[in-house]
Amino acid sequence: MNSVLYARRRAVNGIFLVLSTAAAAIGIIALVLILYALLKNGVGGLSAAVFTQNTPAPGSAGGLANAIFGSVMMSVVAVIVGTPIGMLAGTWLAEYGRHSQLAFVIRFVNDILLSAPSILIGLFIYELIVVRMGHFSAYAGMAALAVIVIPVVVRTTENMLLLVPNTMREAAASIGAPRSIAIRAITWQAARAGIVTGVLLAVARISGETAPLLFTALNNQFWSADPNAPMASLPIVIYQFANSPYDDWHHLAWAGALLITAAVLALSIGARLIESRQR
Amino acid sequence: MNDMTRVEQGIRIDVRNLEFFYGKTQALKGITVPLYDRKVTAFIGPSGCGKSTLLRVLNRIYELYPNQTAKGEVIFDGENILNGKVDLNLLRARVGMVFQKPTPFPMTIYDNIAFGIKLYERMPKSELDGRVEDALMRAALWSEVKDKLSDSGLSLSGGQQQRLCIARTVATKPEVILLDEPCSALDPISTAKIEELIDELSNDYTIVIVTHNMQQASRASDYTAFMFLGELIEFGATEQIFTAPTNKRTEDYITGRFG
Repeated sequence: MNSVLYARRRAVNGIFLVLSTAAAAIGIIALVLILYALLKNGVGGLSAAVFTQNTPAPGSAGGLANAIFGSVMMSVVAVIVGTPIGMLAGTWLAEYGRHSQLAFVIRFVNDILLSAPSILIGLFIYELIVVRMGHFSAYAGMAALAVIVIPVVVRTTENMLLLVPNTMREAAASIGAPRSIAIRAITWQAARAGIVTGVLLAVARISGETAPLLFTALNNQFWSADPNAPMASLPIVIYQFANSPYDDWHHLAWAGALLITAAVLALSIGARLIESRQR
Repeated sequence: MNDMTRVEQGIRIDVRNLEFFYGKTQALKGITVPLYDRKVTAFIGPSGCGKSTLLRVLNRIYELYPNQTAKGEVIFDGENILNGKVDLNLLRARVGMVFQKPTPFPMTIYDNIAFGIKLYERMPKSELDGRVEDALMRAALWSEVKDKLSDSGLSLSGGQQQRLCIARTVATKPEVILLDEPCSALDPISTAKIEELIDELSNDYTIVIVTHNMQQASRASDYTAFMFLGELIEFGATEQIFTAPTNKRTEDYITGRFG
């Protein structure tokens, strides 16, 4: 054995180990610091009022009820609208179009949409809906969020379906199952955990989006369930309150940030649980 | 020999001058072989000789992939199934297939069987239960799974999964069953069970099996076809192929001198 070569290899190995550990540590430390600040400042702001009262005027007491409702409502509608479109498009890419030129183009465009700055999506919906309707509305906010959901779901649906072995498709075809039935009853089932995870990740992604809502749903200081009117949402309220000079607004902003983080965390854990239970 | 005499001889599927291409690469060259009704025909030959490809033409499963083309004739029920007008789903319901690796669907054991039945038939639940039981019986799996029909098909062992796949194929009542190296992923005990099953099934079905296992071909089949480099070298009764092959290459292969 060449001992010089071996010693060199050990040294290189050691350097790589140190570098990658350091990189991991930097990432984790940043995350821990963020969570620490969030907990330290956010827990104090949490109270029953946060869930029962609407956003206050400066100096008076209040909560985040209207913003929580707005966030949940807009996210839920966006997911309900975006998921079927994304799933069907992803299914087409994986099952029907797979090798075609058109699929190649759609995949490319979808990747661009996936990484497009969300403020652009907000501006797009602003031009398309807000300008035409003449006013800001929750409808526009839902549309903007749905546009963000779609590429995420397209991507994960396609990837998860591609993981389903072709032998499964052959087996379905070999008993005379038409393609549409085989997809619905077999390949979707086989990829279910992955697709659900993708949808949950899309929820996590949109629940923190601020930019696209600024140009669409805007904000509403009062309780509103009217989708044709401006609607409050947690990210916008956090943005507004955190930029303000008022202490009680700061506390509510921290509480809102904590709520979003906790919700996203719960969704991620839920997604992992579903995934592991399926295996 | 005209069509009528060939059918009278009991030919279920008549392959004539079949050519097959993966893109521009020719994988089958002028294959002509009869597949007899309710007999077991085995295809043997070294890897890459085209035996699986030939099997995949018989139910046109190759059409799931682009750039694969077949030319020639495969006559089934007086009709050339390679012609474009054939309904592929109906063809595959009549010509079933079991694959090398077990491929249970991600659903319960019961649904794995019922799924195929429900594709083409409507019946009351009690009758469906009967059909599922019957199929599992035929695949010699009933006694092992009768108490856990609502468990996932994926929870079974490899050998059980393969018998589940055979049961699934039998349940749809096909006329021909194609088996693509059905035992290559199984242990000897499971293999023996499946060979028994093939023997049993040959009373009612025309069976075509691709195998790498010489003993299996000689034990389980009535006719054997030896293929090499995309050509059919020799076809005949299994006993004759294994005891008195007429072609030197067949003899070399079955005695283990190459391949």
